[in-house]
Amino acid sequence: MENEPTVHKKVESIQFSFFSPKDIKKMATVKIVTPELYDREGYPVDGGLMDTRMGVIDPGLKCRTSGANFRDCLGYFGYIELARPVIHVLYVPLLLILLRCTCRECGRVLIPQNKIGKFTDFLNKVEEESGVEMRRSKVKDVITSIKTVNKCPHCNKKQMTVNLEKPSTFLENEKRISPIEIRTRLEKITDDDLRVFGINPEFIRPEWAVLTIMPIPPVTIRPSITLESGERSEDDLTHKLGDIVRINQRLFENINAGAPEIIIEDLWDLLQYHITTFFDNDIPQLPPARHRSGQPLKTITERIESKEGRIRHNLAGKRTNFSARTVISPDPMLGLNEVGVPFVIATKLTVPERVTEWNIAYLKKFVEKGPKKYPGANYVARPDGKKKKITDETQEQLLEEIQPGYVVERHLMDGDIAIFNRQPSLHRMSMMCHRVRVLPGRTLRLNPAVCYPYNADFDGDEMNLHIPQDEEARAEAEILMQVQTQIISPRHGLSVIGAIQDSISGNYLLTKEMILSRQEAIDMLYQIGVRNFSKLGRKEKVTGKDVFSCLLPDDFNFKGKSKKGDEVIIADGRLIEGVADSNNLGGEAAGLLLRTLHKKYGEEATVDIIEKFCKLGIEVLFKRGFTAALADTDLTDEGTQKVHSVLEEAYTRVDELIDQYKNNQLEIFPGRTLEETLELKILEVLNKARNETGKLVALHTRPDSHTKIMADSGARGNIINMAQMAACVGQQAMRGKRIEKGYTTRTMSCFRKGDLKPAARGFIRGSFKSGLTPSEFFFGAMTGRDSLMDTALRTPKSGYLYRRLANALQDLKVEYDYTVRDTNNKIVQFTYGEDAVDVSKSENGIINVERLAEALKK
Amino acid sequence: MWSGLPKRSKNKMERPELPSYLKTKIDETASKMKVDKKKLLASATEEYLSAQVEPGECVGLVAAESIGEPGTQMTLNTFHFAGVAEMNVTVGLPRIIEVLDARKTISTPMMEIYLKSPYNKGKDIKKVALSLKETALEEVIKDLSISIADLTIELTLDKEKLKDISMMPVTVQKLIKAGVKELNMKIKDDLIILNLKGKDVHLNQLYKAKEKLKKVFIKGVKGIKQVLPVKKGDEFIIVTSGTNLKDILKMGTLIDTTKTTTNDIFEIHDVLGIEAARQTIIIELRKVIDSQGLNVDMRHIMLVADIMTNTGVIKGCTRYGVVGEKASVLARASFETPIRHITNATLHGEMDHLSSVVENVMINQPVPIGTGLPGLITKIKK
Repeated sequence: MENEPTVHKKVESIQFSFFSPKDIKKMATVKIVTPELYDREGYPVDGGLMDTRMGVIDPGLKCRTSGANFRDCLGYFGYIELARPVIHVLYVPLLLILLRCTCRECGRVLIPQNKIGKFTDFLNKVEEESGVEMRRSKVKDVITSIKTVNKCPHCNKKQMTVNLEKPSTFLENEKRISPIEIRTRLEKITDDDLRVFGINPEFIRPEWAVLTIMPIPPVTIRPSITLESGERSEDDLTHKLGDIVRINQRLFENINAGAPEIIIEDLWDLLQYHITTFFDNDIPQLPPARHRSGQPLKTITERIESKEGRIRHNLAGKRTNFSARTVISPDPMLGLNEVGVPFVIATKLTVPERVTEWNIAYLKKFVEKGPKKYPGANYVARPDGKKKKITDETQEQLLEEIQPGYVVERHLMDGDIAIFNRQPSLHRMSMMCHRVRVLPGRTLRLNPAVCYPYNADFDGDEMNLHIPQDEEARAEAEILMQVQTQIISPRHGLSVIGAIQDSISGNYLLTKEMILSRQEAIDMLYQIGVRNFSKLGRKEKVTGKDVFSCLLPDDFNFKGKSKKGDEVIIADGRLIEGVADSNNLGGEAAGLLLRTLHKKYGEEATVDIIEKFCKLGIEVLFKRGFTAALADTDLTDEGTQKVHSVLEEAYTRVDELIDQYKNNQLEIFPGRTLEETLELKILEVLNKARNETGKLVALHTRPDSHTKIMADSGARGNIINMAQMAACVGQQAMRGKRIEKGYTTRTMSCFRKGDLKPAARGFIRGSFKSGLTPSEFFFGAMTGRDSLMDTALRTPKSGYLYRRLANALQDLKVEYDYTVRDTNNKIVQFTYGEDAVDVSKSENGIINVERLAEALKK
Repeated sequence: MWSGLPKRSKNKMERPELPSYLKTKIDETASKMKVDKKKLLASATEEYLSAQVEPGECVGLVAAESIGEPGTQMTLNTFHFAGVAEMNVTVGLPRIIEVLDARKTISTPMMEIYLKSPYNKGKDIKKVALSLKETALEEVIKDLSISIADLTIELTLDKEKLKDISMMPVTVQKLIKAGVKELNMKIKDDLIILNLKGKDVHLNQLYKAKEKLKKVFIKGVKGIKQVLPVKKGDEFIIVTSGTNLKDILKMGTLIDTTKTTTNDIFEIHDVLGIEAARQTIIIELRKVIDSQGLNVDMRHIMLVADIMTNTGVIKGCTRYGVVGEKASVLARASFETPIRHITNATLHGEMDHLSSVVENVMINQPVPIGTGLPGLITKIKK
């Protein structure tokens, strides 16, 4: 590589056009004359569909055109001469328009000469406004407005109506026009007239769409596979082409033999069918061509279209080497921007390193170790690009051979750059750059704090890891994609990375009331990597707030709200008031503490602090112990009593309402029916009762129970979850109403008809701990199923919405003058977002002037 | 068409001026918090400049992600009550899809009608509301029947209901006459007797006439199916289901034409123009996103609204709209219906200049966006 000049070619543009018969003949290397594929020895037949002049797929053979083997030869087209012309299905709509809008005798457009100019201007305008397709359909409209004359304005010949009998038969006054006739008519259309239709005659002549010769795609795009039994199985396209060639031969023979017209017509139609299905096997009016097994053939259109087609599967989306995928698991001791990679993967994935005279000794060490020992190397690439695998045999020789200019593909090591990804990749934080940490074990490890941007959990999720292979890619990944650069979401300008779960519980406990001995505090802080204990002071007993303050920068000031709404005040890097809970520590765009830290101290410092917050929280729980227990949901006797009476009261209240309803005493809400009013009132009473039990549970369970701490700190769950376990599950609602479905006028056959009592309409009085009655359980299952269904239906819908949005917006970019433009350089916005502010650099979408003023005050 | 790089001043890259909202904010904060205005202005300017977008940033994709990603968290439940039975609003994901698709007919058209004083203080609010509602004859009929023997239709009006909408029976009779021309009318006290003109009357025809009669337009604004007076802030407004912005806006004495609006984007476009349609798209998207408790920045929503309206007509984010009008054949083909796009491209001899993202992905070239945008010019040593 070093000695040869590297030529970088860039594709400037791609031109689309239609092959003319001349082009087809010119590019073809062989004329196909026989449907046979192989001779008796299994060697491709000359003039057959597998002719070696069209390329080869057998490793043993050489292409007769280029002389290269199957790896290097891309293949060449062949052609067949059709006995009779055949219509190209994909161009049927075009042909129909042309036949209808041109004279059947002279081939001119059915617009009087003096008006053509006027209409062309009009059509050009249409095209500019709404695209070529609109133009073409407008031509039809223009013609119909004049067509009433029914005579050609140029030669005065009478015109007839042309109709299409799908898929590809054209009728004129109920009589069929043969493709030959069609072709001669199309030939007569002048180039200038074609331009009226928005057809560029430089690239397509309409008569070409009536095929007289057909290109045969190279063998390499329709490779056959050899089955285990040694039998060959041909590609669908080859099958189809075989049919075409066979019928074409038969048609030739019959014509030459002077067979009756009917037989020739039949064969002609058959040829038309085969060629039609060769292009598109999914035409509504035609039975699809099938395999012997009955499964439809996959022909050209099917190969290109749909998600599994060439375009979306192979062109717009590609597979990569140097990637790994396995189950993930958490490791809070890892840095935020680290990823734990198992040894097994680290010895398979490699990083290429170029040998220079300065690192040759260093790289030789890897080669010495070989592919099995870690850290070793798997391949050595010579300057000419030839790769050699390091094995026991080659090792010695390679060690000697290595010199500057060689490339060693060494194993993955700590600190290497990797891109980590979890599907579905819905936003840019779904792919972030991490630093590798090679660890024992068989899973990829990540810090639980980065779960939120990936939307990952550890119930069996798998994630992908990619190793960039050159300096440019590595630099981009490092500068643009590292975790610390992604803390602030471009969606709303708030932090998406923050402490979760246990880390939050721990910090909450610590800052709420904990008092530790100085020794304990120092142990804990030292454990998480803090070395500056000055904020603890000289006291023997330190508070949790002091310990927490040790993580904060000295000049940090912050005022915010905790989850409960109390003030949280940090002054000069000390937590003075309030607790640290999910509102300030958490990711998920909760509070502004992390956002402010990020703004003031930058991303590196923020990552460092988030890591320490996480570790501190866990360290606290290590010290203190933390378990959720069944006893957490025990109510005091008084509590049980109160819950009971609250529910009893609600039940009587509902009974009263039902009585009122039956006696027509209910006051109707405006705009509602009597029944709806009743339902609303009952729902209100029951919901109130459930909320009441929630409050009672909060009061009458142990205030320091761990379940409660989790709910209070915002680490997981809420008080309603607890109430459902301890006191009462509450009303099950579907579509915002009590459950009504089931039998007529009742939900289940165990209730009375028309029963409106809470229990009969999905109110679950029991708690999860006390257990549910069968009917209650069933109601719970109903809403559970409903919500499952909702998720299952929503995912594909929102996925499609996202795809469409991405496709519509993907090529908008900000120019140097802060305008937003599309690829045609058309301006979409004069200033991005009207103020050119990048959301991920803003604070919740704004420039926080108050904060700046606050800072000025100090 | 415009081409080439945007022009820049020779000295240095021009920074956009501070936006006016920021200036007023700075003024306000300075006086409120009693800090030196100049200093604040300086630090805010610095802050503002440091928060500028980088040229080349693919803001479109970021906007698509920002709206698409929370889509997974939205509810699918279509309906949500707004006070009255039959008055539902489409919310959540279905509504977002509806707006972004630029559907011509939306599932729940609605209007918010603001009133002029004194009506906005609640004066005659019910009466005003009812006067807007489209009322058909069937709603003010006490009795309607076909007399098979005489082959006539007999009809009695409900006087109380007529009083509610303040109409005289005489005017209704006139409207009937104008509305169903094939009928002759005789009046006997309260009873209105109608028979078909001409001879050879079939019962079938009569039945059809009766159905037509029912739908005769009596009063109100066409298209307004339900009305509901609602108190919004300290003002009474009328929320309607069904919209007819054009006719409502004509009632200038009653209605505050500056604030009255509908959720039908196409109607807004027809009546008030494309700028207003853009604003409506923004408002409607905002409404849904906020109602789901999601936080998506305004800039993303604006960008989507802009791409949907920047050509002067409303285009949806579908294969017929924004995507269908891309310049690149391959970009269109990679979205939906590739065969159609490719065959059409051959007709025109289209050239794909590979200037956007997917085409370059397809042929393994760097994309001209973000870091792929700038080129590097260097002298090569010979």
